[in-house]
Amino acid sequence: MDLTLSPSEEEFRDEVRTWLLENNPGPEPEGGLDEVMTFRREWQLKLHAAGWAGISWPKEYGGRGATMIEQAIFVGEAARQEAPSPANVLGLAMGGPVVIAHGTDEQKQRYLEPILTGDEIWCQGFSEPESGSDLASLKTRAVKDGDEWVVSGQKVWTTFAQYAKWCMLVARTAPDAPKHQGLTYFLMDMDQEGVEAKPLVQITGEGEFNEVFMDEARIPEENVVGGVGNGWGVAITTLMNERAGLAFGAISQIQNSLGRLAKLASEVRTNGGSAADDAYYRQRIAQLHIEAEAMRLNAYRGLTKTMQSGIPGPEGSLGKWQWADINQGLTELALEIEGVYAPLSRGAEQAIDNGAWQYGFLRSRANSIEGGTTDILKNIIAERVLGLPRLR
Amino acid sequence: MYFDLTDEQQAIKATAHDFLASRFKSERIRELAASEDGFDAAGWGEMAELGWTGLALPEEWGGQGLGIVELAILFEEMGYALAPSPLFSSTIVGLALTLCGSDDQRDRYLRPLAAGERRGSPALWDAGSPASPGEFTMEAKADGDGIVLDGVKTMVADAASADFFVVATADGRRHLVERDAEGVSVTAEPSIDLTRRFSSVGLDGVRVAAADTLPGEAADYFPVFHRLCVALAAESTGIAQRTMEMAVAYAKDRQQFGRPIGAYQAVSHRCAQMLLETENARSTVYGAAWAADAEPESLPLAASMAKAYASDAGWRVPNASIQVHGGIGFTWEHDLHFFLKRGRANAAIFGDAKWHRERVADAVLAPAPDPAAL
Repeated sequence: MDLTLSPSEEEFRDEVRTWLLENNPGPEPEGGLDEVMTFRREWQLKLHAAGWAGISWPKEYGGRGATMIEQAIFVGEAARQEAPSPANVLGLAMGGPVVIAHGTDEQKQRYLEPILTGDEIWCQGFSEPESGSDLASLKTRAVKDGDEWVVSGQKVWTTFAQYAKWCMLVARTAPDAPKHQGLTYFLMDMDQEGVEAKPLVQITGEGEFNEVFMDEARIPEENVVGGVGNGWGVAITTLMNERAGLAFGAISQIQNSLGRLAKLASEVRTNGGSAADDAYYRQRIAQLHIEAEAMRLNAYRGLTKTMQSGIPGPEGSLGKWQWADINQGLTELALEIEGVYAPLSRGAEQAIDNGAWQYGFLRSRANSIEGGTTDILKNIIAERVLGLPRLR
Repeated sequence: MYFDLTDEQQAIKATAHDFLASRFKSERIRELAASEDGFDAAGWGEMAELGWTGLALPEEWGGQGLGIVELAILFEEMGYALAPSPLFSSTIVGLALTLCGSDDQRDRYLRPLAAGERRGSPALWDAGSPASPGEFTMEAKADGDGIVLDGVKTMVADAASADFFVVATADGRRHLVERDAEGVSVTAEPSIDLTRRFSSVGLDGVRVAAADTLPGEAADYFPVFHRLCVALAAESTGIAQRTMEMAVAYAKDRQQFGRPIGAYQAVSHRCAQMLLETENARSTVYGAAWAADAEPESLPLAASMAKAYASDAGWRVPNASIQVHGGIGFTWEHDLHFFLKRGRANAAIFGDAKWHRERVADAVLAPAPDPAAL
């Protein structure tokens, strides 16, 4: 058992730390999403030039070939220093790894480089209005027409679809096959007449997510990934990749938020002292720290296990569940500490921290829904970790 | 970075698991729970032969010289088996003598303790006191070159089978008192926990020679306290693991409305919650155990995190397991209640969850400003 970094890992961390200190462009611009995306594109170019885009990708595909622990160090350090996201976060975390794992040589040639540079943004077309947790029930249809597929249907919760060139689309190609077997994974060009993306305004008032409508959109047959009818297996790889990489970034974010919460507690006055002196708040803050530490240590245990076995296990579901609970708990407590000021949001003269906690409180409501609801994660844990019978 | 047990540590765990499973079957635990003093002489002898009585004590004094990680592994298995044994009490006393005793005291007390020839228990909390860790009220009254002790220590674990006590006084010092010394009396205090007994120890004008007062001062016992918190939290983790496994096995087997109850999400999600709490407890315990061995400066915070979390999980998981079991879980005939009771007792001693969370708050929040300045 050794919870310290090896000398070479420490050297890697120092390299990451120094580079980020010198190059981190700081907080994202306030204003619209367009400004934010421009800012993130510039940041991704800088990352790519220095070899930090696609750090987990093999070197032959333009990545850094970093070990899992190095990825964890990079993601953790970037979040610790609050570096912005790259523009093409889904391409880097999901699209590229899927093309590398399941794509043809031609697909690798065509798609990987523009993912790394951010020239082509990717989005994910999985969920549908009637297929959320039960993803395999999706109804978007793809019908073969000569050497093309013709796609009609609707996707939802499609992050940054309005900026995307490519959509990782899962559609039904064999309507009579059992539901997991009739699906195919496509790369769909968003830039065509039959595709329309409409922003979906969320409870924060922003539009990160979209609805995507496809009306006889066309996909050339060479854009199938992993073979016709294998869409479910390819999609699952994508989701595994999504979950594996994010844990250490999430941990750093939570640690930063806990630091801000402590500062908030020391500044807000309550019952003749500061909230940081109040026994009740002290207990709750301590409990959040303990849970965050348990989550961090669980992630290290999971990483050790994954490095031995090669594949992330279903235990990763525990971390995602925990992250949602902690992040929501943290922002709920912040609003409780703010007391009567809790409703005041950005722009209000009397708002505390310019409404940052109000935004966090609202945005974190999605944490237990996005990327697998907590309820579904509990099912996965019950069935695949504990071996309990399935209800279905 | 490697957060898992090494092959040697796995071997310790497997040995402990197999030995305890064979010795502490339900019938044996029930026999001991029903016995007058709860002490298992045969089991003690075997544990001594396995080297457990000196596991984390220095080789120089007859121990095995292993670390707190190994100690946590052993106590996680002790909790899993719910083994009724004074091993925990003797281990604490061994750590206190190791870190705070004189060579003469280590020779007289630590050596036989490590060999399992004698047993000791800490006598800390004063009857009627607030019972917070470290707040002792018994005076060490000077008497010639020694002292005299008067009063009652309570919540003394395994006192009935102890050969000696390590008694705390208000000045933060500890004193070695033989069980059969003049003026010492032991009174059993019936408690919910039948697998670890508590007693009050009366000290009526008990004289302690200067050679029997440990040289260590109050702050020197913090490292002892943090290490025993880790071991106790490990034991509670084992209790959580075992009772979670019992719930999962029952949920797979028990049929209602034509299917196993584990197929219902009201039950399966409760089981998932039990896994979360058990794994969190385990991670904080091994994180703290590793800190004790490799990074002692981070031990105080890590130990409080582990004891706080495992205090809660150690009784909440058995509690949830009773709910999964339904009516049968509420019967004396089922073993679950023994686990719930030990878990709840563990939560109470050596600082409860609230006390340890307050230590965590101290560490993570800026020092409280002077109230007058606000």
